[in-house]
Amino acid sequence: MLKINNLHASVEGKSILKGINLEIKPGEVHALMGPNGSGKSTLASVVAGKEEYEVTDGTIIFEGEDIEELAAEERAHKGVFLSFQYPVEIPGVSVTNFMKTAINETRKAKGLKDMPAKEMLKLIREKSELLEIDRKFLSRSLNEGFSGGEKKRNEIFQMAMLEPKLAILDETDSGLDIDALRIVANGVNKLKSKDNAVIVITHYQRLLDYIVPDFVHVIYNGRIVKSGTAALAHELEEKGYDWIKDEVNA
Amino acid sequence: MSKYTEDDLREELKTKEYEYGFYTDIESETFPNGLNEDIVRAISKKKEEPQWMTDWRLDAFKVWKDMTEPEWANVNYEKPDFQAIAYYSAPTAVDPNKTLDDVDPDLLAMYKKLGISVDEQKKMNNIAMDIVVDSVSVATTFKKTLGEKGIIFMSISEAIKEHPELVKKYLGTIVPTKDNFYAALNSAVFSDGSFCYIPKGVRCPMELSTYFRINQAGTGQFERTLLIADEGSYVSYLEGCTAPSRDENQLHAAVVELIALDDAEIKYSTVQNWYPGNTEGKGGVYNFVTKRGLCEKNAKISWTQVETGSAVTWKYPSCILKGDNSVGEFYSIAVTNNYQQADTGTKMIHLGKNTKSTIISKGISAGKSQNSYRGLVQINSRAENARNFSQCDSLLMGNECGAHTFPYIEAKNKTAIIEHEATTSKIGEDQIFYCNQRGIDTEKAIALIVNGFSKEVLNKLPMEFAVEAQKLLEISLEGSVG
Repeated sequence: MLKINNLHASVEGKSILKGINLEIKPGEVHALMGPNGSGKSTLASVVAGKEEYEVTDGTIIFEGEDIEELAAEERAHKGVFLSFQYPVEIPGVSVTNFMKTAINETRKAKGLKDMPAKEMLKLIREKSELLEIDRKFLSRSLNEGFSGGEKKRNEIFQMAMLEPKLAILDETDSGLDIDALRIVANGVNKLKSKDNAVIVITHYQRLLDYIVPDFVHVIYNGRIVKSGTAALAHELEEKGYDWIKDEVNA
Repeated sequence: MSKYTEDDLREELKTKEYEYGFYTDIESETFPNGLNEDIVRAISKKKEEPQWMTDWRLDAFKVWKDMTEPEWANVNYEKPDFQAIAYYSAPTAVDPNKTLDDVDPDLLAMYKKLGISVDEQKKMNNIAMDIVVDSVSVATTFKKTLGEKGIIFMSISEAIKEHPELVKKYLGTIVPTKDNFYAALNSAVFSDGSFCYIPKGVRCPMELSTYFRINQAGTGQFERTLLIADEGSYVSYLEGCTAPSRDENQLHAAVVELIALDDAEIKYSTVQNWYPGNTEGKGGVYNFVTKRGLCEKNAKISWTQVETGSAVTWKYPSCILKGDNSVGEFYSIAVTNNYQQADTGTKMIHLGKNTKSTIISKGISAGKSQNSYRGLVQINSRAENARNFSQCDSLLMGNECGAHTFPYIEAKNKTAIIEHEATTSKIGEDQIFYCNQRGIDTEKAIALIVNGFSKEVLNKLPMEFAVEAQKLLEISLEGSVG
């Protein structure tokens, strides 16, 4: 589904990704871990198509297509979803209105007509129940005055609505209390299928107890320096990153 | 708004150019350029006005001659040469005695282009419309339907002839000829406009609407609107404006006077889309307008405006809250892009007891434009328990535009409660990327953000206008974030 080859990227002339190789197949869950500033969020932004990041070398192949030249919205239309670490506020635009626009824009890109209101309503009802979201929440302005937990839950609600092929969850666990974490993780698990894939970016093992990864990768200094199974995450939780840094620097 | 979804709306938004920028070649009679007593007399004569009206105009002209243009607004422009403007231009095919069927087909085609074919207007529910092209009112629909309720809705020229007692009693009482430079000029040379009277206790069953259009080159448009809501009556009035794209600046100096007698309510909505000039700031309409309303006891006047056009705007729709318990409201969205300049706001003059006013102003600046809110809240010494709430929000797009707020507050009564809130924000790249990531392209993302920002005001507009206004906001801002 996603194949990243020797990816180099920089922002404002500063090189951040220095040769990432990663392959993700349908049905897989990959966890990306690593110390702060190692390039995890940058990788997420580059895959999602944030303009400020310049790809200087390498390729990103999604569903057999090089997506590097595609705009962020075109990648979204193809099924790339990013759950933001810091979701932005859009005052005066309700969650419902925002979702309606996002869904219909995606449909339009595929040559489909707008989703009929009835169908939209049904979808909203279904997905908000999945994430135990109060209906009133949906009429509030997007992320405005939301608690940290509400913001993250809203991100996963959007993911549920858009049904992406590849979901990248960037520190979705930060700011969540244990109940919210369980709800969000359950939501992600229910959305998982043999046809889609998830990349979980996190600092903590905690989330991986709920969303069990098939593979765990450690990013350090712009490269994937170690890959393993779920056991690697436990090892990291126990020992920290220093031993990996030592290995790399040795 | 169930049927007309935002997406239908967006579907129609493919064009980036000012789409009302066409010029229709209709035969016009235009007076020679320049202004003097003879021109004023000639306008009055052309309109077959009674002597009192001619005298009124001449008085205004005398006052105007000794006045100077105001310079306190936060706008810079080349002052118009008042002797280089033609003060009267009328499509010659217009004859007030003709019916709609006799109207010049080119003129009708123009209405169609404007999306307001008179025929359609007639069929459209609940909107009666008066259309003013250049200087003359060309068609008023629904006159008969309104007549049955005793409502008078006609061009002001007709009203001067048919209802002189009403015009004489109210004209210039809210905006006196001496009020300001442009009001004096308008009083001397106004060529047409709308007149409306709602009798006691009558609730006007439809939205009344006027559409203004400048067609001829080198002409000014000086329309005059007078609206009287008698005791206990209600009316909702809409006004829209367009002009062809031209290299030179055109002058539009209108005066609107509203009178809400005891227990009456007037809702006055404007969508102003005069030609804003091109992307380099050449051409465009100078929009220098005086709008003011008077509220008697328990009366209410609500101004709602969406200002997207004009090169320079100077406009402060105001309320004089004379009667006890009267209410004034001002809801405004002002958009400036490229080199547009807007200095707009309101005055709320609290004279009566328990008077209340609300001001919600949303300024959106893009390109190299300058957008100023200027407002005065004045509480008179006898205005016990007066209340005001003001909120002025500015939204900036890019790094080269400006947003300014000039709120003036004068409270002479200790019981007054005045609140003022102001915010300034910028459309961030993070917001845009967030929308992009959800599959919403940048143009639409901006539209979404701007509509969200303006929502409180858009909600105040009658439904048909709200759709139009949203559309205009999007068109005005297209291409403003690269």
